[in-house]
This record gives sequence, structure tokens and C-alpha cells, in this order.
Amino acid sequence: MNLYRYSSPASFYPLAGRMIPWFAWSAAILAAIGLYIGLSMAPTDFQQGEAYRIIFIHVPSAWMSMFLYLVMAFWGALALGFNTRLSAMIGQAIAPTGALMTFIALWTGALWGRPTWGTYWAWDARMTSELILLFLYFGVIALRNAIDDDRRADRACGVLALVGAVNVPIIYFSVQWWNTLHQGSSVSMVAAPKMAAIMLAGMLVMALAVWFYSIAVTLVRVRCIILERERGAAWTGQMTEPGKT
Amino acid sequence: MSEFLAMGGYGFYVWGAYGVTALAVVVELIALRARRRAALQASTEAVR
Repeated sequence: MNLYRYSSPASFYPLAGRMIPWFAWSAAILAAIGLYIGLSMAPTDFQQGEAYRIIFIHVPSAWMSMFLYLVMAFWGALALGFNTRLSAMIGQAIAPTGALMTFIALWTGALWGRPTWGTYWAWDARMTSELILLFLYFGVIALRNAIDDDRRADRACGVLALVGAVNVPIIYFSVQWWNTLHQGSSVSMVAAPKMAAIMLAGMLVMALAVWFYSIAVTLVRVRCIILERERGAAWTGQMTEPGKT
Repeated sequence: MSEFLAMGGYGFYVWGAYGVTALAVVVELIALRARRRAALQASTEAVR
């Protein structure tokens, strides 16, 4: 099988169509399991009471908001380096979902901060850099909309995505580099997690659900973008006849 | 059930977080469906 074949929008379109239901259903099932663990099985926290249950959406969406930015920058770099249309389209498709994840992380963080820290918001390094991430996503989307020529927009957005990527390690390490109101990470690749196994399980299942959701939604959006940008090419008409996936 | 909804006095914060997240996801899915319909319609019209 020649994987390079799928770098063409015309052959990627049906492939994405076949993958979407798998990712969408995985996301739905995992979210149901994760919510059940998080809201019903996991016990009350001895310090924070029930307020800690926000963790099951806050941490997965915050992880995803950073990860999606790196993925967007990666595809932007590929598009810049190889001048491939599909890479740029994938980057374009990721931006709105990245912004959504960033918004959810900020929103749930505010509602978690109020009962535990006594404030919805503080200008500490973690929160400020995450807010900058939201503005970077908005910037990429706005830049795209401001440029009429798609290929020029691809290059401009690729550069902005790459430059903005320096913000991601700043968000990630902010709790170590500066004194932040935000706590350090509870989960690490190298140390034992600082939370009960059932709570960790719920969080990881939710993180997987958010992964699959993001992939499914991005694939649907890539297909929209392909249709919008390849409009008039003969294959798009054939692909969208009734009965075709 | 009402105990579950009260979330030990943190109901506003917990359900405010979960509710707005659910709403945001639903809004994204509806917007995406509308975009897909518009794109499909435009591309079938382009061939005719």
C-alpha cells in the first residue's frame, strides 16, 4: 500500500469518511464510561469534596488544547516544507477544535478555582499562557479568514502556528518555572501518580475520549474544507452524489 | 438524586463546568453539520 497516495485530497476524502464512525463511536463510548467512573464510581475527595470532579474534563481538555496546537504546527510545518495542500487543510481543520478545548480548559479551571482557591481567575503563568494559547488559535483562524488566496493563507497560518508553538512548552512547564497559584502536575511519566487509582482511571478514559472526539471532528472538518477548496474539481461532484460516504 | 445534583454544595461549579462543556461540544457539532451540508450542496451544484 502506498501511503503517499493519501496525501492527495481526492483519495484522503473517502478514507477519512470511512474512519470517522470508528473514532466518533469510540469517543462516545469512552466518554460514557469516563463520566460514569468520574461522577459515580470515584469517591469524594477528602480535601476538595465533590468540587474535584471538574478534573475529569479540565485535565483532558487542557492536555488536548496543548497537544492539538503542536499537531496543528506540525501539519503547518509540513505544508510549508513540502507545499502539500492536504497538510495545510488538516492544520486548518484542527484550529477550531483546539480553540474549543482551550476554552473548556479555561472555563472549567475558573469554576474549579473559585471553590478551591477563592478566585475564578489569577494572572499567574499557567493561566495567562493558556489564555495566550486561546488567542493564538483565534489568531490562526482570523488570519485564515483574512486572506482570500488559500495557498497564501496556508503559508501565513503555517508560520503563525509554528511561531506560536513556543508557547506550548511555556504552558506545560510554567508551574515549575514560576510560582503559580495553579498546582503542579498530578500525573507524570516518571513518578507514581499523586491521586487514587479510580480517579486516575476516570481521567485517563476521559482523556482518550477527548482524543477520539478531536480526531473525529477534525476529520469531518477536513472533509468540509476539501469540498470547499476543491470545489469545481470533477471528483468532488462524484464523491457527493447521494449514497456516497 | 437531589444529593447527586447538589454535589456536596458544589453543584453550581461542577454542573457549570460539565454543562458548558456539553453545550460547547453540541454547538461545535451543530456548526459542523451545517458546514458539511453547505459544502455538499455547493459542490453538487458546481458539477451541474
